[in-house]
Order: sequence, then C-alpha cells, then structure tokens
Amino acid sequence: MEDYLMLVVSAIFINNILLIRFLGNCPFVGVSSSMSSALGMSAAVLFVNVLASLICWILQKTVLDVFGLEYLQTLVFILVIAALVQLVEIIMQKVAPPLYRALGIFLPLITTNCMIFGVAVLNIKEEYTFMQALVYAISTALGFNMALILLAGIRERMDSTARVPKLLQGVPICLITAGMMGLTFAGLLGLAK
Amino acid sequence: MGPVTTAILAMGGLGVFLSILLGVAAKVFFVYVDPRIGQVADVLPGANCGGCGYAGCSDCAAAMVEGKAPVNACKAGGASVAQAVAGVLGISAAAAEREVARIFCKGDSARAERKFKYMGINDCRAAMLVSGGDKSCSYGCLGLGTCVANCPFGALSMGEDGLPRVDDEKCTACGTCVKLCPRHIPKVVPVSQKAASLCSSHDVGKLVKEICEAGCLGCGLCKKACPEKAVEVVKFLSVVDHTKCTGCGKCFEKCPTGIIQSLVFTVV
Repeated sequence: MEDYLMLVVSAIFINNILLIRFLGNCPFVGVSSSMSSALGMSAAVLFVNVLASLICWILQKTVLDVFGLEYLQTLVFILVIAALVQLVEIIMQKVAPPLYRALGIFLPLITTNCMIFGVAVLNIKEEYTFMQALVYAISTALGFNMALILLAGIRERMDSTARVPKLLQGVPICLITAGMMGLTFAGLLGLAK
Repeated sequence: MGPVTTAILAMGGLGVFLSILLGVAAKVFFVYVDPRIGQVADVLPGANCGGCGYAGCSDCAAAMVEGKAPVNACKAGGASVAQAVAGVLGISAAAAEREVARIFCKGDSARAERKFKYMGINDCRAAMLVSGGDKSCSYGCLGLGTCVANCPFGALSMGEDGLPRVDDEKCTACGTCVKLCPRHIPKVVPVSQKAASLCSSHDVGKLVKEICEAGCLGCGLCKKACPEKAVEVVKFLSVVDHTKCTGCGKCFEKCPTGIIQSLVFTVV
C-alpha cells in the first residue's frame, strides 16, 4: 500500500510528467490559454493515458516479450496508440455522444502527445506490474492536469491584468511562467524516487 | 528469417490488422450526420462568437437543424442569415425582433463620485481588482472601456463623459460586452423597448443619493405612476417590462432624481 502511495505522490508532485520530465509540453503551452479548454484537455488526457498505457502494457507482455520483438516497441506503441484513439473516438461518437462532444477536439489532439507514449514506455522500463501501471497512468495524468490547470489559471489572470512587455506577450511569457513552475517543483526533487 | 524481415512482417501485419479494425468499427458504429447541418453552418457567419449560447457556429447549426434552436438564433447574422437558414431548412422565418445592447448606467464623471484615483492598467477588469474599482457606486460603469476595446463590430465608443455609447446601426447584440463587463452594465434589449431605468445599482436609496446623482433610489414612484403596470422594483432598482411598456412617459415625470430624461431613454 505504501508503495502505491509513494508512486502516486511521486508521479503527481515530485516527478511531475510536465514540469520535471518535460513530456507533453505542446498541449501545456497550446491549450493553457483558457481554463475551459484546459479542463477539457485534462479530462481527455486522463481518459486516453490510462487506456493507452494499459493496452501497451498488455501488448508488451503478451506479444512483444513472447516473440522477442522488444526492439519494435517504439513503432508498435505509436501505431497502437494512434489507432486506439481513433477507435475510441468512433465508438464514443455512437455510444456516448455527450462525452464525445465534451472531449471534442482534444481527443485527436492527444494521439501524438509524447506524454501518452512516455508513460507507456516508462511502465515497461520501470518493470511495473499491471496494478502499478494502472496507478502510475492515473497519477501521471493527474500530475499533468494539475500543472496544466495551474498554468491556465496563471495565464488567464496574466492576460487580463499584467502589463507584459510587447515582445514577451503570448507564448514567450507562457514559457517563462512554465519554467518558473518547473523550478518551483524542482525543489521537491529527491523526496521520492 | 532475419530481424529485418521479422520487423517488416510484424509491422505490416499490425498495420493491416489495425486498419481492418478501424474500418470495421467505422461501419459498425456509423453515425448518420444530417447533411443539412453542414449547409446551415456554411450560411452562418462562422465567427464562433458564442452570442447564440452554443459552443460555436457548427453547434448552433446542429441545434437549428434538430429544431432545438429557432432559425433566427444567430444574433450576429441578423435577419439575412435567418432567411438563408430558413431557405436551407425549407421553413419560413418569422421576423425576429432586432436587439441592441444598452448601457445601464448614467453615472458619468460629473455625477458619480469616485473613492480614489485609479492609475493602473486601462482595463475595467484590472480596475475591479483594486478594492473593487474606483467608483463609489459598486454597481456603476467604471468607464475604462473594456467593452469598447473588445466590441467585435466596432459598435461601441467612449463618450466625453466617461460612459460608453452604443451605435444602434452597428450593434448586432452578440453579447460580447455583456460577458466582458465585470459589472454587467451592458444589457441586450429589444430595439423597440421604449423606456428603461438606466441604472444597475441595488443599493438603498439613501446610499445612492450620497454617491451618485444619476442613480435609481428604488422609491417606486415610477411603479405607481405606470398605467400599464410595466415597472417593477427589484431590490431597490426599478425594472421596465418591455412587453407591457407603451412609452407613455408618465414615469419620466415622477422620477425624483430630477435627471429623469437621462434615466429613461426613448427609442423612436
């Protein structure tokens, strides 16, 4: 039990996937300009991350390891994740239209998110069991969501009130803000593996 | 079999398997999308302003086709777009009442007091963060022109007296100013509305009297004077029901603040 707790705290706060591991930084900058899109993205990431890393874990253990195809891991994972997201989108449009509309554009956006692929690979590299992989996928997604929502809040407030110099407006000041958030969280490094 | 052949076979097999899977899924979970939705979306302005209350033009088009939204739901497009949508859907468009935004505050720089001199960023939302704005009245227009700067149709301008003006011709009632104003001063009303109490203050009369010469005291004299019972006093603020108001002007005469012509406007 303590192991799982450590895994959760580590994935969310200490080795935050966005701020410390620097995975999935495109949506971090791209979708954080408004709180509503950040929330949509968060929900979609949580959903896809869990699904994709579990499928990849199963695939690794039942196919790649068995047939000695480990060297194809990167290619296979990318292909499977892309197809999986497409498949989920098609099914969701039919089965759960409200959910489809809520996640909307964010679902296909995540297809090529490096964080999804990163978590799938990390699960294998760290030799997690199925349960550990599940917990790790949920907690990394939560860590991603926390960082994204924090940045969206800061940017919304900054856009309306701060006097940002013209040459720093938009993406530059966002990158500086993200860097400062990264530095803040780097203060926690070493508290857990 | 060398690793190259294995890799090619494995990846090729996986690719074929996944494409078949996706192809089958697309057939099994096929969702019929009404082709008229696309046609209606083409007719709409495509600005995605959100004035209709839907997430965007295509969302609004879907609602129109399903009959959940009237053909004139697009406020920014106006009558011409409503006609075009009606043409696509094969129904007749009922003539919709045109709406415009109105500024519900008359406390200009001469008549409304200020608590302190605000010297920050020229934006009402920023001014609101400094102890709730510099105006003594916590409901009045701050006059920094956030609505003017953000009006997508250029229908707003800042008057000499520090209050925004609405150009009826240019205003499309998209509601952008309504959403942006931190004090919700602009409101969208039918263009034919004849009278309105142009004040947003829910303060009690005594307080209003101290801080603003152009505020509604909530005394209710207008309510008593109205022969059509079109005026209600809601939390010390008189509100005119435009469906009942005939524009007779009886309330204008009774209003005790003495600046009644500016509190109630007449649209010809």
